[in-house]
Amino acid sequence: MSTLLVEAPGLFTTVQDLGRDGFGPMGVSASGAADAVSLRIGNRLVGNPEGAAALEMTLVGGAFTFERAAVIAATGADFGPSLDGVAMPMWTSIEIREGETVRFGHSRSGARAYLCVQGGIAVEPFLGSASTHVLSGLGGFEGRALRKGDRVEVGAANSLFRKSALSPKALESLEPRKVIRVTDGPQSDWFAESSRKTLCGNAFRTSEQSNRMGIRLEGPPIPLEASREMITEGVSLGAIQVPPSGQPIILFVEQQTTGGYPKIANVISADLHSLGQLRPRDEIRFERIEMSEARALLIQQEALLASKELIQE
Amino acid sequence: MRKSTASEPQFRAASDQSLLVYLGEEIALENHRRVLKLLRLLQAEPIDGVRNLHPAYSSLLIKFDPLRLDHDKLQSRLVPYLSRLDREPLPAPREVEIPVFYGGEFGPDLSDVAKMHGMTGAQVIELHSSATYVVYFLGFAPGFAYLGGLPEALASRRLETPRAKVPQGSVGIGGNQTGVYPFSTPGGWRLIGRTPVAMFRRTANPMSLLQIGDQVCFRAISEKEFVEFGGR
Repeated sequence: MSTLLVEAPGLFTTVQDLGRDGFGPMGVSASGAADAVSLRIGNRLVGNPEGAAALEMTLVGGAFTFERAAVIAATGADFGPSLDGVAMPMWTSIEIREGETVRFGHSRSGARAYLCVQGGIAVEPFLGSASTHVLSGLGGFEGRALRKGDRVEVGAANSLFRKSALSPKALESLEPRKVIRVTDGPQSDWFAESSRKTLCGNAFRTSEQSNRMGIRLEGPPIPLEASREMITEGVSLGAIQVPPSGQPIILFVEQQTTGGYPKIANVISADLHSLGQLRPRDEIRFERIEMSEARALLIQQEALLASKELIQE
Repeated sequence: MRKSTASEPQFRAASDQSLLVYLGEEIALENHRRVLKLLRLLQAEPIDGVRNLHPAYSSLLIKFDPLRLDHDKLQSRLVPYLSRLDREPLPAPREVEIPVFYGGEFGPDLSDVAKMHGMTGAQVIELHSSATYVVYFLGFAPGFAYLGGLPEALASRRLETPRAKVPQGSVGIGGNQTGVYPFSTPGGWRLIGRTPVAMFRRTANPMSLLQIGDQVCFRAISEKEFVEFGGR
């Protein structure tokens, strides 16, 4: 077992994997990486199973010293990572020596960077997952964001080092989108045609109050056609709910499991990772597509993620 | 459009990886029982490719792996489950008592709630702790139970401005609902007391003190008992 010493935690750094599904009946949402695509690729680059736990940094990265030699990869948003002061390439597996420090700076584009380590970050699983659920203080590293001086354990490495990198073509096609594709929500027909056009015909800005629970948007208000009584029901990841203010909120990875606001639309599965890269004040647009198209896009994305061409050695 | 007949479940795609099944159109014990029955059946005999279940008052959201299932396939696989609901028995509900220290610093809104209804604080406590409640579902946050059965006389409108931080264990009333905050979260309910008992413990089995379908009552305790229970 090796450890990683947190020299600087960054703005908000948590342990995340692909989350815990199946605990909705207890009110526990899946949580997991905000940009699951970047996490999965990072894990592949260091020879881990796709869903191994890694560090997720937000807007400002941290600095981490490795007590033993390790193989790492930085993926997600570009926070200008460096290794003992020398710029370090992203989307590439890198061998580091005992005592070296990996340092991340400020986000240059996107909101979340991942530090994947061969062997994965080792924390006691909660309901089968290493993901941190911040609101309830459960999972991850003591149920909280990392602090200076924390020592985080790294699991045993099980494979030989083989230098590999993400193919430039794959990187391009997985680039986070600023036009987010949506399908109809369960209450789409509670909104007038003009409201639905407002959602898909205008730019919205992400509010500073956004977090892993929800992405709050600011833009032209979306009125409900008539006030109807909504009975609290289960809500889906990526649901775009419209509270009485008319300013939509996208439910994100650490979402509430049920909610009482009508949902006008839902972000498609293939675009969820793009949401994880939205910074405060970013401008996005929505494009409505059919369910069959959403499905085809996901199948295409998963085929790319599973392909041999994804990673170059 | 959904129809109102309870015997005919209605389906809606919620996203490209989830389907909503509506088993009624209102908050009613009968609808709750149908949701609970469907949930139990799907837990006992899981459908391949289903990843998560989100029960609520009169509906169940089913999350699935979109690479293995689609809405139509899932809907047709649900038919035999739905056809069993009417004859499916439910076990007798568990009975859970939650000790509450009402009023004082733990129930800062007790006197407001009393004033709102022209009662004394003691009458509010008496009414709140003599009713029997049903856990319709757990939702919103881990271990947060949506309880039905609040006496109408206690229904109280939510705070104009929600508190940024409601202490863990707080017992509140919001509209015609009452419940306990398992974690310190923001909240707009009026706080009438606090329980010293943990509502969600990762070392307990089950982790959540309350489970869907449970019958719940609140028992007024003294400050001394509150401390004895480990309350702070």
